[in-house]
Amino acid sequence: MAIFLTGESRIIVQGITGSEGRKHGTRMLAAGSNVVGGTNPRKAGQTIELGGTELPVFGTVAEAMEATGADVSVVFVPETGTKAAVIEAVDAKIPLVIVITEGVPVHDSAEFWAYASAQGNQTRIVGPNCPGIASPGKSNAGIIPADITSEGRIGLVSKSGTLTYQMMYELGDIGFSTAVGIGGDPIIGTTHIDCLQAFQDDPETDAIVMIGEIGGDAEERAAAYIERHITKPVVAYVAGFTAPEGKTMGHAGAIISGSAGTAQAKKEALEKVGVRVGRTPSGAARLVREVMQAS
Amino acid sequence: MDLFEHQAKEIFAEYGVPVPQGRVAYTPAEARAAAEAFEAAGKPHVVVKAQVKVGGRGKAGGVKLAYGPDEAEAVASQILGMDIKGHTVHKVLVEEASDIAQEYYLSFLVDRSGRTFLSICSVQGGMEIEEVAHVNPEAVARVPIDPLDGVDLAQATEIVNAGGLPGEAVPGAAALAERLWAVFTGKDALLVEVNPMILTTDGQVRALDGKVTLDDNAAFRQDLAQYADPEAADPIEARAKEKHLNYVKLEGQVGIIGNGAGLVMSTLDVVAYAGEEFGGVRPANFLDIGGGASAEVMANGLEIVLSDPSVRSVLVNVFGGITSCDAVANGIVSAIGMLEGRGEKVRHPIVVRLDGNNAAEGRRILDAAEIPVVEQVGTMDDAARRAAELAAAATTGA
Repeated sequence: MAIFLTGESRIIVQGITGSEGRKHGTRMLAAGSNVVGGTNPRKAGQTIELGGTELPVFGTVAEAMEATGADVSVVFVPETGTKAAVIEAVDAKIPLVIVITEGVPVHDSAEFWAYASAQGNQTRIVGPNCPGIASPGKSNAGIIPADITSEGRIGLVSKSGTLTYQMMYELGDIGFSTAVGIGGDPIIGTTHIDCLQAFQDDPETDAIVMIGEIGGDAEERAAAYIERHITKPVVAYVAGFTAPEGKTMGHAGAIISGSAGTAQAKKEALEKVGVRVGRTPSGAARLVREVMQAS
Repeated sequence: MDLFEHQAKEIFAEYGVPVPQGRVAYTPAEARAAAEAFEAAGKPHVVVKAQVKVGGRGKAGGVKLAYGPDEAEAVASQILGMDIKGHTVHKVLVEEASDIAQEYYLSFLVDRSGRTFLSICSVQGGMEIEEVAHVNPEAVARVPIDPLDGVDLAQATEIVNAGGLPGEAVPGAAALAERLWAVFTGKDALLVEVNPMILTTDGQVRALDGKVTLDDNAAFRQDLAQYADPEAADPIEARAKEKHLNYVKLEGQVGIIGNGAGLVMSTLDVVAYAGEEFGGVRPANFLDIGGGASAEVMANGLEIVLSDPSVRSVLVNVFGGITSCDAVANGIVSAIGMLEGRGEKVRHPIVVRLDGNNAAEGRRILDAAEIPVVEQVGTMDDAARRAAELAAAATTGA
């Protein structure tokens, strides 16, 4: 099965004619994803060739959905137009929109999330500033490298891109059902908790890896959720133990303010509810290996 | 980006949030001139406030009352140059003194867990709001704000009523809150805080202090450059910024270069753990060179990291995802070539860990280049250990 993204997913790329859209559209196709087209209002009616595949370009997400039956959109539209792109996808009621774009103002993310909520959350939003979703062997929507891992029964949810890749690679022999990069911005659509819940309900996922980092209290809230709702084993890793207060560490959301958002607090909250927390990424990978061997 | 109090208040004034009149002074003489102007306007009582981006200025002696130009000059000369929690005071705000009847708290901020905005309001102001929330939680109102609806005067009135403000303060506070929301959205702020928001003895509500944090991501539609603070920035951080590198200076000896914010943060941790075995060696910086990791970016990154005089060794930790490791390896080889070409001989050991896409080819390229200062280690944990060990050896050997 996998969560959110399956072999049946039909993907469009918003911003397919831009350099990022072209590059990653081509990579997604090469990974076996069912990319069926894309949008650019200024190039509607044209086609674009990606790695030997001719794809239609539509003016809007709604038109693309009607013509292709698309149910997933991956957004590469630059930050100046990201809010409008997401709102367009929500208006079209596409079930899943994955926002790869980084540098989106927080006010824009807050607005498109509020807009989606006001429409009854018929569209799942992942991101912004995220690497996307990979369901190895089935589909790949975003920028997660497809060839670093294999299909298996671990579910992964992460705020960080490269740590996701690292973990998928280290556990490539065991393999993953789905890896979801949710992004490290202060306001994001899909959260750790949403993914935990989906992995709990997914019969093809046996264990869950959660990668967090400093800033906010998403990991603490995930811990509270795990205590009440998750029966599958969870292994976690948290980055940023040595980060100083008040300095943003790369991601807009990765900042410790006062006593809030520290890696230590997150680790303690997770361990308190029985989550095994690795001291390093490799340490976390070893814990996952133990869990998978025991099950 | 955090702003100085005076910058926050300039924005407040622009948007119609009432603030006391004030002038910025960089020298005691300028503070005197400001106080003279207030005296001439019939306001001999002034407050001289240290302009630093850190809380607790009052307790540290950075905020003082003065009567007339002589006192203002004397007080300013005490405060200018002061160190407040590691921040040197380069300027003061000389402000007309206010007759305070009551102090309240008001802010708008990003509520991560609610994926929305939040207003916080309390009848108890003038102290840390976290402390009020801890001691007297019912005195702190948290009102979620729908970003699509915003805050009109009716909503603003609800906020200040929820905060428990007394009737005589409500109209003025609500008007201030409505204007403060305009600042929050108009400037793409992540935080606007007024603490204290005061009721004066003659019944006026004003922002006596102001804290504003702006969103760096909004640079494409906001003029953020005007708020740049070159004096405060670490000189290496400033140079890194010019080269569009995501660099944060830390207090340690192992220079760090990696790709991806999470992986670099993790690398700092792993180095610090390893450093515990080697006399407390720690990471010297955070540097994320991003996904691309081209030779030029790698060269700039190495140059920045090596320009830190406390660096004794460097750890390059790259996971090849989109970028394959052979490209990264070529980047490292040409980066070192570029540096030497610029006459900057690389003297410190560079430990490289390449993993992921095409890692074997990347390692072969580095081996074939036979660069004496470059040493390859297979795993992140072992590489961190080696880099810490080399830094410790160089420190004790020096």
